[in-house]
Amino acid sequence: MHGVQGFMYPNEIELQWSILIVLYPYITGLVAGAFILASLERVFNVQAVRPTYRLALLTALAFLLVAPLPLQLHLGHPERSFEMYLTPHTTSAMAMFGFVYLWYLMVVLLVEIWLDYRKELVLAFRASTGLTRRFYQVLTLGSNNISPASLRIDDRVGRIVTIIGIPSAFMLHGYVGFIFGSIKANPWWSTPMMPIVFLFSAIVSGIAMVMLLYIVLNWWRRAAIDMVCVDTVARYLFYAFLVDFSLEMLDLIHRIYEADESFRALDFMVHTKLFVSQIVLQIVVGTLVPIALLGAMQLVRVAPRVRVNVYLAAGILTLIGIFAMRWNVVIGGQLFSKSFLGYTTYKLGFATKEGLLPAILLMILPFGILAVLLRILPPWEPAASHEPDAAPEAAAV
Amino acid sequence: MKRFKDVEHLLRLAVFFLAGLLVFAIARAELVPESFGKLGHYRANAIDDVRARPIAYAGQAACAQCHSDVVDLRAQARHKGIACESCHGPLATHAADPGQMTPKLPDARPLCVHCHAANTGKTKRYPTVDIKEHAGDESCISCHKPHNPKLS
Amino acid sequence: MDTSRRDFLILGSKMFVMTSVAASAFEHVLAGTPEAAATYNTADHWWAMVIDIEKCVGSGHCVKACKLENGVIDEPYYFRTWVERYHVDPLDMDHPKVDSPNGGIDGFPETYPDSTTTGKTFFVPKLCNHCVDSPCTQVCPVGATFRTNDGVVLIDKDYCLGCRYCVQACPYGCRYIDPRTNTADKCTLCYHRITKGLQPACCETCPTGARQLADLKNPKDPVHEFLRTHQIQVLKPQMATGAKIYYSGLDGSVR
Repeated sequence: MHGVQGFMYPNEIELQWSILIVLYPYITGLVAGAFILASLERVFNVQAVRPTYRLALLTALAFLLVAPLPLQLHLGHPERSFEMYLTPHTTSAMAMFGFVYLWYLMVVLLVEIWLDYRKELVLAFRASTGLTRRFYQVLTLGSNNISPASLRIDDRVGRIVTIIGIPSAFMLHGYVGFIFGSIKANPWWSTPMMPIVFLFSAIVSGIAMVMLLYIVLNWWRRAAIDMVCVDTVARYLFYAFLVDFSLEMLDLIHRIYEADESFRALDFMVHTKLFVSQIVLQIVVGTLVPIALLGAMQLVRVAPRVRVNVYLAAGILTLIGIFAMRWNVVIGGQLFSKSFLGYTTYKLGFATKEGLLPAILLMILPFGILAVLLRILPPWEPAASHEPDAAPEAAAV
Repeated sequence: MKRFKDVEHLLRLAVFFLAGLLVFAIARAELVPESFGKLGHYRANAIDDVRARPIAYAGQAACAQCHSDVVDLRAQARHKGIACESCHGPLATHAADPGQMTPKLPDARPLCVHCHAANTGKTKRYPTVDIKEHAGDESCISCHKPHNPKLS
Repeated sequence: MDTSRRDFLILGSKMFVMTSVAASAFEHVLAGTPEAAATYNTADHWWAMVIDIEKCVGSGHCVKACKLENGVIDEPYYFRTWVERYHVDPLDMDHPKVDSPNGGIDGFPETYPDSTTTGKTFFVPKLCNHCVDSPCTQVCPVGATFRTNDGVVLIDKDYCLGCRYCVQACPYGCRYIDPRTNTADKCTLCYHRITKGLQPACCETCPTGARQLADLKNPKDPVHEFLRTHQIQVLKPQMATGAKIYYSGLDGSVR
């Protein structure tokens, strides 16, 4: 049979989950990571990263809105997807995820963004006319009070929402890891470490994405880059990377040492079918090189211009590496037979329902949405500090 | 002291969420299939859907009702344990209305080799032949009667 | 009228009624309508299957019959049941050579692929194990696959989303997505047949009786004697799925 080496159970020859299912953890990972970066300032008072706060929230929103789309395209019956909300099977991680997603979108992200931007939205409502005025009125939910007292209350409630948001973000992406990690039938996926590994690689990708966007958008706006901010973001990226890399190495060493029944088959697969995506892209290009670059910036003092370019390179390589990680988990988990006697091939189409073209379009879409969000809810005005009990200053409009 | 005016926007938010929950509750009541949950976390009527599948193989007992002579003949011979439809294919439509559908006889040569071709997987007592050596290109039934295959 | 004519009329009308009921019941059986089988009570049955490896000759009739009975798609290669051929070389016991040409639907080629004559060769028919602790029903997000009260795992094709999670969760590779309906599909143990007292198509057409349906709740079922007198294994027991396809003579090399 074409594409098959050795023996596979007949029904295993075709892969079940395609590149769209690689995209999905990648996108939710970016959401969780961006949110964790935002919470660094909001909850842990890392003032240095303040300039990225609003950008991180909007990035999280743009990607979160796109996250269900690869799933819908993948389903055999997307018109029945609402069944997950009507009759969720409580033993199924996938079903419970629908609610985690909804909770995170509605109660955490949208509420936090709304509370942070409410003043600007009301001011925009007051300053506009006609259809735009109606639009902003809807966004403010009809409220028109931006007294200092109300803004202080917003700030308090917003802080609580972020505090709830941190475990919610962990759940959002940890669940995706659990969806894979709880499948005892598949030894490439089945490990209690899967949610943790997914989460830390999510944090890495999310921080890298926001850092990249901050640099690129400020260049495009010809605005000054706050070096303290970007250095701090890069430092947190470095720390998260060290944890992520340690976890992945721990998993690898454990597998090699225990060498259970699946080990030889998986080892062969990594050295042949996954050599480029795992060894080259994920480990070397996507992890070791960025860690080296970021680590070097911690040890050696170079001119800001050079530093920013190094961060840019590290960020791009990181995003490639984390995508490769998702690919290796999802696709890699389906390339070998559960008989451990054979391998199949992933045939990626181009302009098919689950092909490369829709995948590319789905990755471009969040940037389009972000562009719109940046228009409606600009993150650049120097808004009030989020230090607790500080009086909110009047923002220059 | 929080004045109502200052928390009013939060109440608007709360109302918005409550409205959403209400819509969800109504949707759930309307859209969940009626038989769902009666026997477990599934649509109980699905069992009836599965059972409603039409039958293709009538089963040995049905064949015996009209073809008892063949059944008696086979009962003396080596093929007695094989159901009629194992070789003759699904015949429930024929059993329901014999005139409506006349079964086509199976092609012996490819059929017999399924079981009788020499293969290291078969047990030693099982009769196998290397078909080319044994019969060349001839059909098996030119010598062996399928219902009583032993050559006397 | 005198007694004998009255008796005759009563007897005759009884026979007439019974024959017509039997005839219409048989029609119902053939047409597959559920009403006639209303007497079937799930609490009286616990379905399983027994497969005797020593009897299987790799004829492939079960694979063919299943496809014909259940309308399983021919292309590209999906199977509700299939037969694997194992060849175990004593010098490499950990790595059996396995093949399943088109699921075994046309039997197996006459000689073993590389004409080895050492070692042993045998056939293993496989199907859904109708697990008691089924991982596939555990992961279904909406309840489109489930285990009935009589122990058969079924799929609700009108409710299934086609998310493929169940296909991933099955350790035995017995599930697939039917490209015609974009929903999950797998062996139903011929539920539409066994609930009417018929055999599954695979058991009906097995020429050697290697596959036998078993109703573990039926004290008269021959399975009880078989289980007593044979060593029984299930596939992948370490997965603790509660598989109910009981194999006799299953070699340790079977994956």
